[in-house]
Amino acid sequence: MTVCVFFGCTFIAFGPAISLFIFTVARDPLRVIFLIAGAFFWLVSLLLSSLVWFIAVQISNKENASLQKGLLIFGVVLSVFLQEAFRFGYYKLLKKANEGLMALNQDDTMPISIRQLAYVSGLGFGFMSGAFSVVNILADSLGPGTVGIYGDPPHYFVSSAFMTMAIILLHMFWGVVFFDACEKKQWLSLAVVVCTHLLVSCLTFLNPQYEGSLIPAYVIAFVMGAWAFFISGGSLRNLRLCLTCKDKDFLLANHRPR
Amino acid sequence: MCVQFFLLIASKTSVSVTYIVKAQLLVVYLPRGRRSIGRTTVPWNTGSMNTSTDEEEFCNEKTALMSAESPSVPLYDDGRGSQRAKESQTVRHRSSSSQINNTDREDHSSSRVSVTDSEVEELSLKYGAKHVIMLFVPVTLCMVVVVATIKSVSFYSTKNGQLIYTPFTEDTDSVGQRLLNSVLNTLIMISVIVVMTILLVLLYKYRCYKFIHGWLILSSLMLLFWFSYMYLGEVFKTYNVAMDYPTVALIIWNFGVVGMICIHWKGPLQLQQAYLIMISALMALVFIKYLPEWSAWVILGAISIYDLVAVLCPKGPLRMLVELAQERNEPIFPALIYSSAMIWFVGMAKHSSGSLSSQQEQDSDEEACNNRPEDGDLSRNTAASENRVGAVEELEEERGVKLGLGDFIFYSVLVGKAAATASGDWNTTLACFVAILIGLCLTLLLLAVFKKALPALPISITFGLIFYFSTDYLVRPFMDTLAEHQFYI
Repeated sequence: MTVCVFFGCTFIAFGPAISLFIFTVARDPLRVIFLIAGAFFWLVSLLLSSLVWFIAVQISNKENASLQKGLLIFGVVLSVFLQEAFRFGYYKLLKKANEGLMALNQDDTMPISIRQLAYVSGLGFGFMSGAFSVVNILADSLGPGTVGIYGDPPHYFVSSAFMTMAIILLHMFWGVVFFDACEKKQWLSLAVVVCTHLLVSCLTFLNPQYEGSLIPAYVIAFVMGAWAFFISGGSLRNLRLCLTCKDKDFLLANHRPR
Repeated sequence: MCVQFFLLIASKTSVSVTYIVKAQLLVVYLPRGRRSIGRTTVPWNTGSMNTSTDEEEFCNEKTALMSAESPSVPLYDDGRGSQRAKESQTVRHRSSSSQINNTDREDHSSSRVSVTDSEVEELSLKYGAKHVIMLFVPVTLCMVVVVATIKSVSFYSTKNGQLIYTPFTEDTDSVGQRLLNSVLNTLIMISVIVVMTILLVLLYKYRCYKFIHGWLILSSLMLLFWFSYMYLGEVFKTYNVAMDYPTVALIIWNFGVVGMICIHWKGPLQLQQAYLIMISALMALVFIKYLPEWSAWVILGAISIYDLVAVLCPKGPLRMLVELAQERNEPIFPALIYSSAMIWFVGMAKHSSGSLSSQQEQDSDEEACNNRPEDGDLSRNTAASENRVGAVEELEEERGVKLGLGDFIFYSVLVGKAAATASGDWNTTLACFVAILIGLCLTLLLLAVFKKALPALPISITFGLIFYFSTDYLVRPFMDTLAEHQFYI
């Protein structure tokens, strides 16, 4: 509950996402706009799922703890499905917008490719999801208090931060895989994305046994990351070239004339 | 306190409008040394008035896309600017009014323009996105300043009296009475605004420029000196900083004088933008402090509706103001308008190097590099190349984006109120922030589609209000319960 915890958890949770934003998105205004639009879509999906949950809670018996827990689980599952539905809706909207933009330009070049849109929208979803999950917790970590004084898990802040980082990265990978699956009409891949999202969320029901939720979440994040990487045209050869700074295309493309 | 507020209100009328201005700008590079980077002095009316300012400010939020063919507009600057524009053919690099010009040069422009229609379209799409970002950044900064202040300095979130424009108290016994009082407060506030706007339009119509100018200067004086002194005092109190009066006097004096110079005369563009943002934040903070709870929300809603009506109805005061200004080819109250002009070079005309200031060169380099790499090379070569005397012309098309300060103020009021009154929740603040940005984006999109004056408030404020109430009442319990169990969605 110190400033140290606050900064540590903030950087753990948002570090990768903010670096990705600064280095890949911030320079291109079109990407920034689509990122914020993606965040907005996630927000609307959350709104709808909260509405349904709220109504369900109001009409139910508030004293019954297990019923409330059941309703919460129902809320989580519904929220996951709504998020994916809104991701699909965003995909449709972007396709239409892209077609409009292409019709406007006489030549067939799109100002932003569908892959970039997939990445940016996934990042937008991730930002908003991570922010809503963890910002209040971070704000509380600045204040006085002792964590876990009544037997609750003492690693609440750090585990929340790590989970948030995993969720943000996962949203980004899901975005890429999802859009690609929609483009190629591979409904199986789509179903896998939805199922992994559901799996990650349901694994968090095991909290505070963090081994049950954090580790699988990171494993799934790694797998999804590799999948997204290979879908976007990456390969082991590319990776090797990039890491040893021998990729001529990349170097040429990023060379800024002085 | 009340008297001072009344004076401010009585002395200030301003307009806040949102523009996206496309103006063709021809620049003739004279022999080295003549290129001056100046800002036009514009009578700037900042919101030094708390309540009064609002009226004017919010009264006139509109987005207007002035046609690219409109001849360059002499600066509305007591004649100074227009004179300067005519005689010295200066280049306004990033001037606040973004129009400057000699009409005779326009003839040359057409011969030099080698831009096809589709190029223009593609450029306009890219620049459309750039305009949106150029507005996102200052709006975000203003909101960040307001939210940071609200969360740290408790002075602005504690209730301590009300303005005279909202005389009805909200400490009533019943909900109905409270609602009624807030509606009455809103009616009074809106009617004051309407009256002030009409007064402004009349003054503008009958060309009482000096009166308006004096009014604006007085209000910006009040804002830059008095309100910033109060703000500084509260910040020092919060952090328990031991400060002496001479130091404070020195700080406030410098801040205020530099602000007046930057805003009303010449100054670096970024400094002027920073001052405008600070001014808007100060105004928003005053509103957040002095408007009672429910009245604030009803006022926000009513202002959006008023804005919609005033701008789109044929006899609306704001529409009349815009049309008057367009007839006279003057910028509508460059004061109280945040602008960030952008220049890029169209057509590979040969040109001599003027004495570019380093900032200008950097800026044009940066922009040119971002948008047209080949022109980036060109502008660099410009600086390096020899100076060619004579009629070397280049077509510069400058697209400025302008947003009225009233828009800044009301967006910040919404987000600040969300930060102050939502039950300690950052989610609500974030949701309102994203909603306002999306509303602004949509407004600019509509502007590009309809190409006429549009109000900037309604869409953003509507989204902001919807998201505030729904996040506060629906999402917050859901997210809190999830966080309690550490469930993630």
